Amino acid sequence: MKTNSNNDLNIKCEQPRTGSLWSQSLHRLLRKKIAVVCLITISIMYLAGAITIFGSPTPYGYNEQHLTIEEVKQGPSLAHPFGTDRLGRDLLTRVIYGLRTTVIITLISILTGSLILGISLGLISGYFEGWADLIIMRVGEIFLSFPGLLLVILIAATIKPRVRDWVSEWAPGFESFSGIDLISLGIVDYFVIFGAMSAFSWVGMARLVRGQVLHVKQSQYIEAARAMGASNYRILVYHIMPNIISPVIVLVSMGMGTTAGSEIILSWLGIGIQPPTPSLGVMIFENGSIGVLRSDPHLIMFPIMTVTILIFAFNLLGDALNDALNPRAR
Amino acid sequence: MAGYILRRLAWTPILLLTVTLITFLLGSYGPGDPVELLQGQYSNPEVVQRIREQRGLDRNIFVQYVHYVQSAVTGDLGESFKYRDRTVKELISKRIWVSAQLGMAASLISILIGIPLGVYVALKQGTWVDITIVSITLFFMSLPVFITAPFLLIFFGLWLGILPIQGWGGFFDTRIIMPALVLGIPGIAMLTRLTRASTLDVLSQDYVRTARAKGLGEFVVRSRHILRNALIPIFTVIGLSLATLVEGSFITEGYFGIPGIGSLAIEAFFSRDYPIITALVLIIASAFVIANLIVDIGYHFLDPRIRY
Repeated sequence: MKTNSNNDLNIKCEQPRTGSLWSQSLHRLLRKKIAVVCLITISIMYLAGAITIFGSPTPYGYNEQHLTIEEVKQGPSLAHPFGTDRLGRDLLTRVIYGLRTTVIITLISILTGSLILGISLGLISGYFEGWADLIIMRVGEIFLSFPGLLLVILIAATIKPRVRDWVSEWAPGFESFSGIDLISLGIVDYFVIFGAMSAFSWVGMARLVRGQVLHVKQSQYIEAARAMGASNYRILVYHIMPNIISPVIVLVSMGMGTTAGSEIILSWLGIGIQPPTPSLGVMIFENGSIGVLRSDPHLIMFPIMTVTILIFAFNLLGDALNDALNPRAR
Repeated sequence: MAGYILRRLAWTPILLLTVTLITFLLGSYGPGDPVELLQGQYSNPEVVQRIREQRGLDRNIFVQYVHYVQSAVTGDLGESFKYRDRTVKELISKRIWVSAQLGMAASLISILIGIPLGVYVALKQGTWVDITIVSITLFFMSLPVFITAPFLLIFFGLWLGILPIQGWGGFFDTRIIMPALVLGIPGIAMLTRLTRASTLDVLSQDYVRTARAKGLGEFVVRSRHILRNALIPIFTVIGLSLATLVEGSFITEGYFGIPGIGSLAIEAFFSRDYPIITALVLIIASAFVIANLIVDIGYHFLDPRIRY
């Protein structure tokens, strides 16, 4: 009996050996308190940003102005947890709406650039090698030699007005039909900037995936799969993908932080969403002067804290994911 | 090896040409006719036509490109739209030196702090010192330049009042300290983490155990066997850190009022001065390409185990 209960105890203490690679990794990740805290933080921020689609989560609108002495540039209080800005607008509401911008930009540019373009080009390049590899890697090298931000600026200065003209020529029909003003909402701007940003974010991912594929391809299980007559597609999707996905997840997590940062720089340049729609970048740069820092530090502190916490959470999560998913660390 | 270097050297000019072609096409695709812009409000169609012919702007875009490359090689990068009587070369050459000094100061700060800190932390692996410093560096890595800049301004400029807030006085001036710190902080954090990882990697190698076993002093083991090998992978990030420095300089130079290429780029962007933006993209891209070439070839000499 005694030995039996001892065995039971041992079994309970061990981490679950059963279950897929995924459930094991998830289990390891969830045991890390830091990772859980990061996940919760990121989810709260993203949910807050997403919820604005259905209307303001606070009693105030994002552009609801109260131009009276009592309500302008107030410090944090119960009614306004983050205080109010120089037009008497509730800062918390504006920060939440600013997060919406960040959510849209990070999700879309990571999805299109890194995930779709990066992974598929990396897979092709590593798996087929030869000419495809040569061309993809050389083109990637060309993209990498551009100073990314400067090129986005150049694109914003040259191509964006052309696209705008083009849209304003063709869009009136669409606008009167749908009631959405594409240009003044900055949707066209976004479109161009997303394009530019994802054109550059695929290279790093493609290189990573290619390296992993070259390594995994040597494994015997790939040889076995091929011997059994599996198609290239099947080998790529069912045998190679699951084995290279963990460094990809880590890179995505770190990349989200970086993308959130560059979105802010872009909105400082006036590319992207236009006032009065709030953006964290515009909030930070509008108030980035010594005068504001001296008199109303809350105007810049809250947007800065929000951004820092978000980027920090993404980086910490990436670190924790690296520990949890890295096969050598088990 | 000679083959590899030759291939790299042969590929570099092609790379540079492609980069210039894309940049040139983008630059010439901008809205508005540059000549009409130069003429201002009361432009005379005849004069515009004459200038277009003089400058070759009425020719095929690829002919224009060849012309642009030919003059770019001799250092003629065109004229600025905004500063009428000044060439792009004049405007950039002065400022590039300022930015280079700032970049060097920032790199110095990150190397001098980051590498020793990384080795120290690796030797203390697993202790609270290690954990604290590693989490702090992760925090500083997450801080974008536009956040560290106002923070340092508040801290050193307003509260302590020990560092000057704005301006530029060259490499040996106290005004360089704060912007260099802002630019260097992400580098410090990155180098600390990298050095820690590569030192840990080296620490478990057999040759380190052998060195200790044959009775070498701890200092010799650390400096000759550990540090020298740990530094090899760090060398490769130099090319990468150049990109970070350039991106960081756009904001830092604006914040601290430094007349470098970063603030020039922003200024040119706001005044739609395409010749300057095009020239800057070209120069910075060439710098990236050459830095990467040097790193790749240098890596080879540093680590003879690498075979291509």
